[in-house]
Amino acid sequence: MRGAGTELILYLDLGCPHCAATWAQVSSRPLRLVFRHFPVASKHPRAPALHAAAEAVALQGSEEAFWALVDSIYRDQGRIDDPHLWERVEALGLEVERFDRDRRSTAVANRVRRDFQGGIRAGVAGTPAAFVDGAPVAGDLASEPAL
Amino acid sequence: MISPGEKAPDFSLPNHKGEQVSLSDFRGRRVMLAFYPSDFSPVCSDQLSIYQEVKPDLDEAGLEVVGISIDHSWAHNAFRKHLNLDFTLLADFHPKGEVADGYGAYLADYGTSNRSLVLVDPEGVVSWVYEAPTPLEIPGANLLFDALEATDKA
Repeated sequence: MRGAGTELILYLDLGCPHCAATWAQVSSRPLRLVFRHFPVASKHPRAPALHAAAEAVALQGSEEAFWALVDSIYRDQGRIDDPHLWERVEALGLEVERFDRDRRSTAVANRVRRDFQGGIRAGVAGTPAAFVDGAPVAGDLASEPAL
Repeated sequence: MISPGEKAPDFSLPNHKGEQVSLSDFRGRRVMLAFYPSDFSPVCSDQLSIYQEVKPDLDEAGLEVVGISIDHSWAHNAFRKHLNLDFTLLADFHPKGEVADGYGAYLADYGTSNRSLVLVDPEGVVSWVYEAPTPLEIPGANLLFDALEATDKA
């Protein structure tokens, strides 16, 4: 969770270009952002690795590191192979070896899976999907009046 | 749209390899017929990729999902590869939309099927249906599990 204000829950896929565009529009707004993992591997094969990476940096660093990696991935989705992730992790001042262990851990996989299954139960059928104060947002998120 | 309690009309359609697949091939198992408008459209891609993501859970629940659209087998073949799908897609290509029409899922004005789900029980009887209000609305994967839950309770 980041920020304060109206709560915006986002189900996002870190490999999804539409999610990156949405992130660019909403991430700096005065909102309480709740990030939920929704990797769709069949469309974006690197998505599971990216979501695991975000959780791994949160384990080692902090929630701040999590948001920093999310911001960094959405700023540049063209460099998402392992060496690029290691560069990003080093830039956050974190240990790459521990990152590699953590991102392959069951705890991280379960954390991502839990969000994904929650999204399925909530009827999420594509990304980005948004809920403002608990209600689903239909259509273009950027023009949602509550935001 | 066909209704629960009706016998599901049998059919035989080619899959992505051109092999004929009949509804009766699934007898003894629960099968969800997922009618959708067309391969490669953004909305259909979202719908089927989400179904793919939950496939392990569907397998565990004993539910087979079969996608049906008016596309040709060759299009299905490319679409499956594009989205890494590993469930069955059937080509309701010729006569165009005939199977969808038999289930009341064909939209003649659009020339495609609507986005409709039909759960067929192991005896070949329709046990649950869902029809999207418009072809632009995706029936989420939650509905697949809702259908199982609703029919398990019945």
